[in-house]
Amino acid sequence: MTTAAATTERGRPAGSRGSLLPPWFGRFAAVALGIVAILLPLFFDPLSGFIDDCVIALAYVVMALGLNVVVGFAGLLDLGYVAFFAIGAFTVGWFASSFYADANIHILVSGQAEKLPGIHINFLLILIIAAALCAVAGILIGLPTLRLRGDYIAIVTLAFGEIIHVFAVNGDAIKVFGNGYPLTNGRQGISPVDQIKLPFITQFNQLNLRPWYWLILGIVFFVLFIVIRLRDSRLGRAWVAIREDEVAAASMGVPLVKTKLFAYASGAAIGGMSGAFLAAYLNTVNADQFAFSFSIFVLAMVILGGMGSVWGVVLGAVLLSFINNRLIPDVLNGVPGKLHLDFQLSDLGFGIFGFLLVFVMIMRPEGLLPERRHQLELHEDVEVEDVLWEEEHR
Amino acid sequence: MATESPAQPPPAPLAAPKPRGSAAREFFSRWGLWCLLIALPVVYAVKDLAGGHGLARLAQNVVEGVSNGSIWALIAVGYTLVYGIIELINFANGEVFMIGSFTSAALIGTLGLTLTTGPLGLVAGLLVILVLAMAASGSLNVMIEKVGYRPLRNAPKLAPLITAVGFSFILQNVGLLWLGGSPASVPDLIHAQQDVFTIFGVTVQRADILAVGVTVPLVVGAVLFISRSRLGKAMRATAQDPDAARLMGINVDTTISLTFLLGGMLAGAAGLIYALYETTIWYFQGFQAGLIAFTAAVMGGIGNLKGAVLGGLIIGIIQQISDNRIGPQWTPAIVFAFLVLIMVFRPQGLLGEETREAG
Repeated sequence: MTTAAATTERGRPAGSRGSLLPPWFGRFAAVALGIVAILLPLFFDPLSGFIDDCVIALAYVVMALGLNVVVGFAGLLDLGYVAFFAIGAFTVGWFASSFYADANIHILVSGQAEKLPGIHINFLLILIIAAALCAVAGILIGLPTLRLRGDYIAIVTLAFGEIIHVFAVNGDAIKVFGNGYPLTNGRQGISPVDQIKLPFITQFNQLNLRPWYWLILGIVFFVLFIVIRLRDSRLGRAWVAIREDEVAAASMGVPLVKTKLFAYASGAAIGGMSGAFLAAYLNTVNADQFAFSFSIFVLAMVILGGMGSVWGVVLGAVLLSFINNRLIPDVLNGVPGKLHLDFQLSDLGFGIFGFLLVFVMIMRPEGLLPERRHQLELHEDVEVEDVLWEEEHR
Repeated sequence: MATESPAQPPPAPLAAPKPRGSAAREFFSRWGLWCLLIALPVVYAVKDLAGGHGLARLAQNVVEGVSNGSIWALIAVGYTLVYGIIELINFANGEVFMIGSFTSAALIGTLGLTLTTGPLGLVAGLLVILVLAMAASGSLNVMIEKVGYRPLRNAPKLAPLITAVGFSFILQNVGLLWLGGSPASVPDLIHAQQDVFTIFGVTVQRADILAVGVTVPLVVGAVLFISRSRLGKAMRATAQDPDAARLMGINVDTTISLTFLLGGMLAGAAGLIYALYETTIWYFQGFQAGLIAFTAAVMGGIGNLKGAVLGGLIIGIIQQISDNRIGPQWTPAIVFAFLVLIMVFRPQGLLGEETREAG
C-alpha cells in the first residue's frame, strides 16, 4: 500500500527505462538469455570459428566481471589487472603441465596426464588454487594503495602489473627451488599444458570445442551469481559508498581497509579463474600475453558496458571480444586496402580501443547499459527520485 | 600499585614508549626515502672498493645516469606541471615525447642533415628541428587537452584519466603506423659515442654534453617563465585555486592550455635529445619513458618543478646502475619497485609538497 502511494505521489518520469517494461521482464530476459547461451553451440559445428570466438568472449566476460568489482563497484581504478591473468595462467603452467619435469606429483588426474612427468593437478582444483593465489596477490597489490586515492591507485597497480610482466619475461633465470624449477619459461612459454578432464565428461581436446564452451559458460554463470550477490550484499553497498565518497563512508562506519581489500581480492580471484581457463584453452602460458595492453583491453570492456553495471559489462566484454577477434581481423581487415590505404585494419588494434575509451568517456561516460546510480553521478539531468524509485522496486 | 587502583586511567606507562616510536616513524618518513635511494649506489661502492677497484665505474654510472636522467627530467616536468594545475596524470605525456622523437627524425630527413653536414649547418639545422619538434609536441598536447580533458573537467576523477590512457593508445598506434613495429634508426648526427674528455677515469661523451646542455637552459627557462612572467603567475594562481583565479580575472582555460603547451614542448625537446642520444626510436619508447618520468615526478614530489628535475636525475642514475650491474632486463621492475615504495612510504615525494590526493 505504501509503495503504491509513493508511486502516485512521486509519479514516474515518462522517459524512465523501467516504466516501459514490466517488473518481471529483467529476470525473464536473463533466464531466456541463459538458455539461448546454453543451446547455442548445438547449432554450430563443434569446430567452428564462431564457437572458438564465443569461448574466448566468455573468458573475457569473466575477466571483465572481475575487474568490474574493483573498478565499477569499489571505484578503485586498477590498471594492472593483467597481473591476475598472469598468475592464473601460471597456476596452470606450474601445476598442470610437464614444466617441472623433475617433480612427479599427480592429484586426481587420469588418462594421458597421469603418465607424464611433472606436476599434474585436476583442473577444478587448479581453478581453486588460481583463485586463492590471485586473491592473495590482489591483497598484496592492494595494500600499498590503501592510503592513496584516485589516479595514484591506477599508477601503483600499473606498476605492479608491469613488475609481474617483467618477472614473467625474465623468470626463466630465477630458480628459487633449485635448478629444475625456474619461475617461468620466459617468452618461449610453457606449452603444452594439460587438457582439462572433468568427472563424467570425456577428456577435453581441440577437436571438439563444445565442452570448453559449456565449461566456461558454467564459470560465467557461477561468477555472475557471485557478483550479483556481492553487489546486493552489505559489502556491495559498502563498496558503492566508498566509491561515491570515501570520507563520508568512513565516518558512517564503513571499514575502509577491509572493504577495499575485499574488492581487490574478489576481483583478482575472478580474474585468476579466467586466466587459468584461458591458459588451458590456448594450451600455452606465454609471457608476451601479459602486456599492459591487455589490462586496457579489459578496462575498455568495463567502460564500454558501463562501470558498475553487471549486465553492461557482460555486453561490453562480448562486443569488444568479437570486435577484436572477428570484426577487425576477418570482416573489416581489407577495408583500408580497398580505400587504397597502405595498412590493414588489424594494425589499428589498440588505437581503436584507445579511441573507444576516449569516445565513450566523452559521449556516454555511463556506458551502454548504465548502472543507475552511476548515471546520476555523471549526468545532472537524471532525477534523484527516479533512481530512488528504481532502487525501491528492484 | 595496579591492583590498588584499577579504575585509575593508565597514562604514564603507555605514554612513555610513544615518543620514541613516533620519533623513529618521523625519522623514517623524513629520511627513509633518501636512505632507500642511497642504498643502491652505496652497496655497489662498497662492493667495488672491497674488490680493489676504484670508484671510477660507479662515477661513470652516475655521469651516464645524469645525462640519461636529464631526458626523464624534461618529461617529468611536463607531468608535474599538468598535475599541479588540474590534478590529472597526463598519461599521454610519454606518447607526446615519442611523437617529438618521430617528428625530429622525420625533420632530419626533410632538412637533409647527414653525417657529412658541416658543424655550422648541423647546429643551425638541429636548432630548427628543436623548435619545430617542440611546437609539434606542444600543440599536440594542447589538442589532447581540448578534446579529451576539457569536456570532463567536472566529471569524476577517473574519467579524464581513462581518456588519457585512451589517447596514449591512439598515439602509440600512430607511432606504429608511422615507423612500423620495430625500432628504427636515426642517423648518428652528433657522433653520440665519441669521447669528449676523461677525468679521473670517467669518460664524458658527446651525448652526455648534448643532453645536459639542452636540458639545463630549457628547465631554467621554464622555471623563470613560471616564477617571473605574468602568465606564469596566472598558472600558479590557477594551480592554487581555479575558482579564485577565475574571479580575479584569469582566463583559466587559456592558462590550462598554456600549461599543456609548456609540458608538451619540453617533452618534444626531450624527444629530439632522445633520438640523437639513443639513435634508435620506436613507438613503444613513450610508454616506458612516460612511466619512468612519472616515477621521477612522484619521487621529487608531484607538483614541484625542482623535485621533478631532481627525481629525473635520480631515476636516471638508478637506471644506469641497474643496467650496468643487475642487467637491463630487470631495470623496469626496479624502477617500478621504487615507484611503489615511494607511494607507500612517502607519497609526497622527496621535496615534500603535500597534494590533496596523495596526502
